[in-house]
Amino acid sequence: MWGSMFRWLDPYAKPETLYHLCGRWLPYLMTLAIATLLLGNIWGLAFSPPDYQQGDSYRIIYIHVPSAIWSMGAYSSMAIAAFIGLVWQIRVAQWAVLAIAPIGAVYTAIALITGAAWGKPMWGTWWVWDARLTSELVLLFLYLGVIALSGAFSEAARGIKVASLLAIVGVVNLPIIHYSVEWWNTLHQGATITKFAKPSIDPSMLWPLLISLLGLALLLAALTCLRLRSQILIFEQHRPWVRQLVEQQHEEQS
Amino acid sequence: MVMWRALVQRELQLLGRQKADWLNPLVFFLLVLSLFPLGIGPEPGMLKQIAPGLVWIAALLSVLLSAERLFKDDYRYGVIEQLVARRQGLFSYVTAKICCHWLSTGVPLVLVSPLIAVLLGLDWQSWQVLLVTLLLGTPVLSLLSVLGAALTMAADKGGILQALIILPLYIPLLIFASGAMEAAATALPYTGQLAVLVAFLLFALALVPLAVRQALRMNVG
Repeated sequence: MWGSMFRWLDPYAKPETLYHLCGRWLPYLMTLAIATLLLGNIWGLAFSPPDYQQGDSYRIIYIHVPSAIWSMGAYSSMAIAAFIGLVWQIRVAQWAVLAIAPIGAVYTAIALITGAAWGKPMWGTWWVWDARLTSELVLLFLYLGVIALSGAFSEAARGIKVASLLAIVGVVNLPIIHYSVEWWNTLHQGATITKFAKPSIDPSMLWPLLISLLGLALLLAALTCLRLRSQILIFEQHRPWVRQLVEQQHEEQS
Repeated sequence: MVMWRALVQRELQLLGRQKADWLNPLVFFLLVLSLFPLGIGPEPGMLKQIAPGLVWIAALLSVLLSAERLFKDDYRYGVIEQLVARRQGLFSYVTAKICCHWLSTGVPLVLVSPLIAVLLGLDWQSWQVLLVTLLLGTPVLSLLSVLGAALTMAADKGGILQALIILPLYIPLLIFASGAMEAAATALPYTGQLAVLVAFLLFALALVPLAVRQALRMNVG
């Protein structure tokens, strides 16, 4: 049953088809991402009401929370890609791991830096060894480990496979790390919008936050398409279709 | 089982011939521990307070370093390639490797723990807890270090890379092992932390050998 359910995906495992598909999606995704990010951030930063306790400094939430959520989202999508790549030996999925990792690392870094900037006025310090901060920092280290491992082999294809395995090990470990540091120490304020029942945030603040969240997700997708395209070209550079493509573009330019 | 026993015998024989492989990490462990009093001052009160974290950080560094060259020789001489090509016996090889790594690095740490207790001024009760956490925690350290060594086996840059990918995975262990010792030092119940350590051990024991086998296969290509 599973085999036939995903049969329609098979053509996209072919690098050439996926390259063109990503090329077709990229402009739409990028435009949408920029539009929603601008809308969400301008609404959030300029027009939503100030917080009764934290004043205007809470506004960094419109960057901090989406990047923190998608830093984890990027890790899980990377791990899913790694799993697909290893189990079904699909090369484009393995390349996707390499495409997503740096984006996720940057998202994590953004979440950490904006968190520090938010912590300074609220807690009076840039950094505390609180559970969520620590697990976010560990997440950054896991990303850096995957990136470093994938580049450590003279044979690039082997490096990606090994890095995929590390990504999967990391995803098994991530909840363990998360709950251990949580038990260890907690100061971070409770979650704002992950409670499904009733968010502890006013709708006038929630909407720009959700839009920023969507914007950063679209940006993740767009950047993944962009990076996956270049990965495909790098790994397929000796194939005839890539040469044809390059010659075609060369002719167009001249 | 016959094969497993033969592999363990071979590993132990190799360890018997290359004594540096298990002596150096032990010396390293004691050396790191003796650097701390020199660096932060020899007051017994303070040493006692930081002892849990200190012992555990020294332990995980020494186990990590000892695993660095674990597969290098077997890889260079083609042993692993043969095992992968043979399509069986690789799992026995992995478990034998893990067992012997623990025997050669984890067990010595457990054995020198009375010495550590003397050096850091731990009392009887704290030493007992230290002993239990080392007994439960060092197998997990060995398992994860072997995984790191397997992942980086064919990599051009070993050493520091292995530390970079495996140290984050050590964090839960560090938290609960030193947590148990801290709780014992302040006369709080610590069985909860020990139970979590047992859970880590069982979990790692079930999954890590499979991951190591897969990593070895990938590295051979």
